[in-house]
Amino acid sequence: MTAYLKLDHIDKSFARGGQVSEVLRDIRLTIDKGEFVSIIGHSGCGKSTLLNLIAGLTKVSAGAVLLEDREVDSPGPERAVVFQNHSLLPWLTVYENINLAVSKVFGSTKTKAERHDWIMRNLDLVQMAHARDKRPAEISGGMKQRVGIARALAMEPKILLLDEPFGALDALTRAHLQDAVMDIHSRLGSTTIMITHDVDEAVLLSDRIVMMTNGPAATIGEVLAVPLARPRRRVELSSDRTFLRCREAVLKFLYERHRFVEAAE
Amino acid sequence: MSIQAIEDTKVKAFPAPAKPAEVIAFAAKTRRRFDPVVIAGKLASALVPPAIVIALMLVVWQVACSSPTASLPPPSQVWNEAYDLIAHPFFDNGPQDIGLAWRVLISLQRVAIGFGLAAVVGVALGALVGQSVWAMRGLDPVFQILRTVPPLAWLPLSLAAFRDSSPSAIFVIFITSIWPVIINTAVGVRNIPEDYRNVSRILRLNQFEFFVKIMVPAAAPYIFTGLRIGIGLSWLAIVAAEMLTGGVGIGFFIWDAWNSSRLPDIIVALAYIGVTGFCLDRLVAAAGAIVTRGTTAK
Repeated sequence: MTAYLKLDHIDKSFARGGQVSEVLRDIRLTIDKGEFVSIIGHSGCGKSTLLNLIAGLTKVSAGAVLLEDREVDSPGPERAVVFQNHSLLPWLTVYENINLAVSKVFGSTKTKAERHDWIMRNLDLVQMAHARDKRPAEISGGMKQRVGIARALAMEPKILLLDEPFGALDALTRAHLQDAVMDIHSRLGSTTIMITHDVDEAVLLSDRIVMMTNGPAATIGEVLAVPLARPRRRVELSSDRTFLRCREAVLKFLYERHRFVEAAE
Repeated sequence: MSIQAIEDTKVKAFPAPAKPAEVIAFAAKTRRRFDPVVIAGKLASALVPPAIVIALMLVVWQVACSSPTASLPPPSQVWNEAYDLIAHPFFDNGPQDIGLAWRVLISLQRVAIGFGLAAVVGVALGALVGQSVWAMRGLDPVFQILRTVPPLAWLPLSLAAFRDSSPSAIFVIFITSIWPVIINTAVGVRNIPEDYRNVSRILRLNQFEFFVKIMVPAAAPYIFTGLRIGIGLSWLAIVAAEMLTGGVGIGFFIWDAWNSSRLPDIIVALAYIGVTGFCLDRLVAAAGAIVTRGTTAK
């Protein structure tokens, strides 16, 4: 069986004013269809860069991103991104924000009524149908992120890319949204890659956790499979042996073997 | 540091003696949405202070210009001699003898054409300069030099090119008001958050869709700042340009009045020009407020 998404020996370096800084070196990873994979690492290890490479927003220096055996090197709606700061367009309502995506992606394949139904279905999925006529400034941070997720899902992506989607939210809202994402993942079976720096979040949501070494020239240090049955419930898991073992493994990787050293500048 | 045990201080939950609850009858909501008293109060607070200041200025002016040797007419003389112009803005006694409102409208028409062109071309050029590094490197220095050229310096050249006063005046308006529009639009476009660009790249919006759906709304606050400066400049320029090109605009009226020593007429015309410029500024500001609602809020 060939991999759904394959990161094939990816290097990434940035050149600025004659200085070349190597951010990622020799990233190799395969992801199956329907898998939920988290990428975790200390800040500055290049995990967001890696996500941008998969999204096509930045170009690889060497190697390739292969989606269903086809190389992708430019952004497209089949790799939808949920940004950390939601990046909804503030002059459009919730509905119009999603409509922008839907009418671009399905403008020629769906009728107007079908597109409307599709927008409302996605809003329902994140429980935001009630706020369809509100502008982003009028809803809370968690709600904005829900709309951001709905917009990404509405593109019907092959891969959903989440860039620290809950980083800017308070703990309770974050837990709600994590549950929402788990629910959506179980319903749609969407292949998902999530960047995070929250160990609990990674273990709770993922099938596999990709742990990055520290930069510069960061690479994948270890990949941990999380053998927990779904659906997962956070309260039950908090005392589950497997959960705790996974959590410990990630913590050990991050804080013993690859401790974050503040760059002395 | 150790934590000391706290003695049981026997806090007693005291059941308050039951008291019959007092029933409060809410007064029926009587305040209407448009309460005449409130509106009158607001109007008064907005209008009374400027009215007092204007009255004081008129008094000072009257006193200062009342001596027989004064070179400028006092307000009373303006009122008497230019009464026709003040009371009948819309009279029409054939060519060259029309009310000031007509003259203002003719000037406004020129401004509308010149400024309208400047707005369209300015936003387009500004978008180009803001979007493309090479366009900026090439065009920005040229813009920075040309924008410092005073409006009237363009006039001889445009008279030579158009061989007619009306298009020349319109060109002067155009060339005067376009720079702030270009420069502000370019800044606005350069300041579009990277996230919005990423969204458009993921959606694969083409250049035109990006321009209409992302660039213009995102840069709208900047664009309207430029338009507001531009309309002010074009009103400044039209009066000066009309003084030199002639015709029936408000600018030429002032020049004409000066040549026939009708000082009171000039003062009335100044008031017209000031009020019109103020209205133009507020008009563009209001349009901006409507269009950009939501864009500035995060």
